[in-house]
Order: sequence, then C-alpha cells, then structure tokens
Amino acid sequence: MAGILVIAEANEGALSSISGELLGAARKLAGEGAGTVTAFVAGSEALGNELIALGADAAIVDTNPTLQGALAEVYLPAVQAALQQSGADIVLMGQTALGRDLGPMLAFALDTAVSMETVDLKYQGKLIATRSCYGGNARAEVSFKNAPAIATVKAKSFDALPADASRTGTVTTIDVAGEARIKILGVQKAESTGIRLEDAPVVVSGGRGLGDPSGFKMLEELAALLKGATGASRAACDLGWYPPSQQVGLTGKVVSPNLYIAVAISGASQHMAGMAGSKNIVAINKDPDANMVKVAKYAVIDDYRKVIPALIEEIKKLG
Amino acid sequence: MNIVVCVKQIPDPETPAASFKVDEVAKKVIPAQGIAPVVNPYDPQATEAALRLKEAAGTGKVTVISLGPDSARDAIKHALAMGADEGVLITGPEFEDIDNFQTAKALAAAIQKLGGADLVLTGRAAADWDMGVVPLGIAQALGIPCVTVAKAIEKNGAGLKVERVLEDGFQTVETPLPAVVSVSNEFGEPRYPQLRQIMLAAKKTVQVWGANDLGIAGEMGKENRRLVLEALYVPKVESNVEIIEGDTPEEKARNLAQKLRAAKLI
Repeated sequence: MAGILVIAEANEGALSSISGELLGAARKLAGEGAGTVTAFVAGSEALGNELIALGADAAIVDTNPTLQGALAEVYLPAVQAALQQSGADIVLMGQTALGRDLGPMLAFALDTAVSMETVDLKYQGKLIATRSCYGGNARAEVSFKNAPAIATVKAKSFDALPADASRTGTVTTIDVAGEARIKILGVQKAESTGIRLEDAPVVVSGGRGLGDPSGFKMLEELAALLKGATGASRAACDLGWYPPSQQVGLTGKVVSPNLYIAVAISGASQHMAGMAGSKNIVAINKDPDANMVKVAKYAVIDDYRKVIPALIEEIKKLG
Repeated sequence: MNIVVCVKQIPDPETPAASFKVDEVAKKVIPAQGIAPVVNPYDPQATEAALRLKEAAGTGKVTVISLGPDSARDAIKHALAMGADEGVLITGPEFEDIDNFQTAKALAAAIQKLGGADLVLTGRAAADWDMGVVPLGIAQALGIPCVTVAKAIEKNGAGLKVERVLEDGFQTVETPLPAVVSVSNEFGEPRYPQLRQIMLAAKKTVQVWGANDLGIAGEMGKENRRLVLEALYVPKVESNVEIIEGDTPEEKARNLAQKLRAAKLI
C-alpha cells in the first residue's frame, strides 16, 4: 500500500490554513503517482468532510477530546494509528508548534527520518523534499531510506485548492490519545503593540548602514504610513539601535510580508534567513553590489536619509 | 542536578553570501577561507540555562558534549569558559556525514556512558542544517520527555517549569525529570566568558570518545543514514532587480513610490 497521510490541524473547530496547503501539496504528489490522500485531524466529525472538499480521498477524525491543544507526545499514538489505517508511506504535516515536535518524534519512533521546514516536494518513485539550509545560502534535496517518508511543510509553500463540496470520500472516526508526561499549565498570547512583525503585510527594516539609531525614526514613519511594522538586522540590534524583539533573521523573527523594504542592510545569511520568503523586496542601499540589491525587485542606490523622506512625501501625495 | 549541554560547531552564519560555496558533487559546504567556524548561535543560551539552574540550586554539575571534528573542542572550550564543569568530545571517522538520527543516538549513548543526566539541554536547532530534531531524538533514545523551544526554565519541585515559545505567544508547561529541553534565543543573553574563566577552562577535563567507546560503531557511517542527501546546491539568485533611476535621491524616491503603486504593492 502506498499513499499520503496529511496531518491537518484545527483551531477552535475550524481548519487552519496549513491544512489546505498540505492537501494542495498532497494532491500534487498524488498526481505524480504517490497514491491516495488520507487526511487526519483531531476534532469533530464534520471536519472530515471539509478535508475531503479540500482534496482528501479519505479522512480519519480523532474525536478524543484530550487532543485539543495537546502537545505532540499526546498526538503520537493517534498519528501512528491513522498511519496504520491509511497504509500511507508518506506523512505531511505543517511546520507548526505541533508539527515541529511531532515530525521528529514520529520519525524517531518509526526508525525513519524527517525533512523539516520543507519548501518543495516531488514524487519520482520516491518522495524528494527540498529544504533551505545554511541560513538560506543552500538548498538541500533529501529522500528517505526507510518508510514512511515524513516532511514538515513551511506555511505558504503550497497553495490550497478551492473547496469542492462535490468531492466524495469516506470519513472514519477513531478515539486514540497518548499519555501526557508534560503538563500544560497555561497559554499566553503575545502582547502586541501595533502590528506583529510576523503578521505585517509590509515590513520596513534597517541595518548597520543607517549609521546611527535616529534613522529608525524615519523607518517607523514609513512603516506606519504603509500600515506595516519596523524590523532591524542583528547588527543594528547588537549595537543597541533597536529592540532585539524586532530583530529579523536567523536568531530573530522570520517574516514573509508582501512587501519588505530593506534600508541599509547588506544581506548576510543571518538576515536573509529571516526574510527570504518575502514576496516583494525593495532595497535602499548606497552599495549597488550589496546582496540585498541582487535579490530585490526594486532597488534605489542612494543615501536613505534623502530617499526615505521623499518616499514618505510621495506616498502621502499618492494617497 | 546533573545537567548535560549538547553544543555544535558550525560554519559562521555571518559569512557573507559571496563567500559561501558548496561542492555539489561531494554535497558538502566548502569552508570559507579565513572564516573560522563558530559555536552554533543558539547553544550558548543552552549553556547559560544550565549555569543559571546550577547557580539557583547551589549545587550540581554541568557537562558539555559536542559531536564533531577535533576543532569542535573550541565549542566545548567556549562552554567551559562560560562556567561548565567538564567536557566530552565525540569524534572519529565513523561520525562523518551522519544524519541527525545518528547524531541523536550518539549523544544519547554518551549521556548514558556518563551515567545519565537529570536534564539535557540543547539549542533550539543548529543554524547550519536548521532542523531542530536532535533534542527530540535524544529524548526518544533515552525514553524521557522533551520540551522544545524554551524561553525560560525554572526548577519546580521534582520537575521543571518551562515557558515554550509558540507562533503567537508562549505556553507554560511542567515536565518531570529527567527530560530534554531545547533552548531558544528568546532565553536571553548568554554570559560572556571572562579572562579568569577562560584560564580556568584550560585546566578542565575534556574526555574524547569514539564510536567504539560508545558501542555504536555499527550504526554510524554515511551508509546508515536514514535521511539521504540527494543534492546540495546554492540556489541561483536570478537577479531581476530593477534599479530605480533618477537625477536626485528625491526623484528616485518619487519614481519608486510610483512603481510600487503601479504594482499595487502600496
């Protein structure tokens, strides 16, 4: 038997966006010969039909209430049961708080391997997963010696298919949950002042090239005008120019906004690792050879102190 | 409390993109000329967490383990200079090109050879392969729980209270000991080794163990990888950059604003 098992996730009764993206990825693999698509989710039976509409051929719903909000160790036996029932030899899950633990846990429990933060998948008689490494400087393509092949998929790497209510498939329920050795005492939502960096559609970031911390005032004004957030490179944070909570990069926040405006940032891998997923990059830099200029869609080669105020003025004029 | 900290030496993530090269045939990174490898940037936080727990308890021992080439001694020395008590280097040809499953097995075997640990701390991931799976693998091999991506850790009765970083906030959990905890950059600044500590570190013991010492020689080696590396390459950056023209910086800025508007980006 072969096939794909998708570990979908639901939040307060609604499927999370990664679920549809994983099913989009699974349908692509099915089209390449990887077999049928089974989706697993913890929650109510109704979610099963939603998963079918989004591309699953069958759905397994685990109705055990202890799975809600639980840690990966509680999910492990449930996923193993679903794996056995589906006969799948490929398991896809999201690179989420759950998936980043569950993927490795499942791999080690089954004596196989996992590709983390996968950005692309293809099936060529076996699963080949593409992932970014060395801070985005390199790409690795990996395959799996043992079955099942497991991949955690980075958000927004695949498109969800539109829900098609005419699709049909079997929905079965199971009632399996593991024992919790780790107890959850409480959950705190991040206090957000303004737009969270990770959620902002526009991010304006500054680096060491700003010359001094006052440059960030200008960037904040531009960000506010564009209803975005302000970020900084590690170099700028290390100099104490901007709070470390706003650092974008390998050891900071990872952002993928629609528009990323990098001001006086050269583009070392430390920073690129945090923003390479941005849809459109604008570089404002004095150095035409800066790495950031190469990856940008638009670049202005000039002094940001003259460019940013004029940019703010023109955007205001455009309304 | 007996604490083991696992650290890794990696190529410097601040290496300029232009100096980063890959041997696509060997599927290996070519070390950048003149840029020394560094301690994985998440690992000093794990060492810091261990030292704070030991200091809070007023007793205990912190052992630092690294698996890698002989140069990985520097990563161990860094942790010893921060204040860790002893070091173990796991090295030898059997460990070359192994995957993270094998790395976790080897580290778990070394922890067992040390007589076990009450707590195993690691960085949240290694910044080279950036997978974050080894802490979960060590926990699986030792049959103990694993709490990942911690931003705060404190002793709580016989167990630990840990704050975990989530996508949209954090979660407080309680784990019994022994356990594995991976530490995130949100944990806070690690201490900087002082000269006196660096000199003391030179006198601390670093044991060196090979695959035979750990009884795992048959499971190591590239041929026993479960994750097969099919290709490693530097993605081609097709520079499609449009340089915004203009006679003055102000004119360039106006042209940029108009371009962004035309592309519906603002």
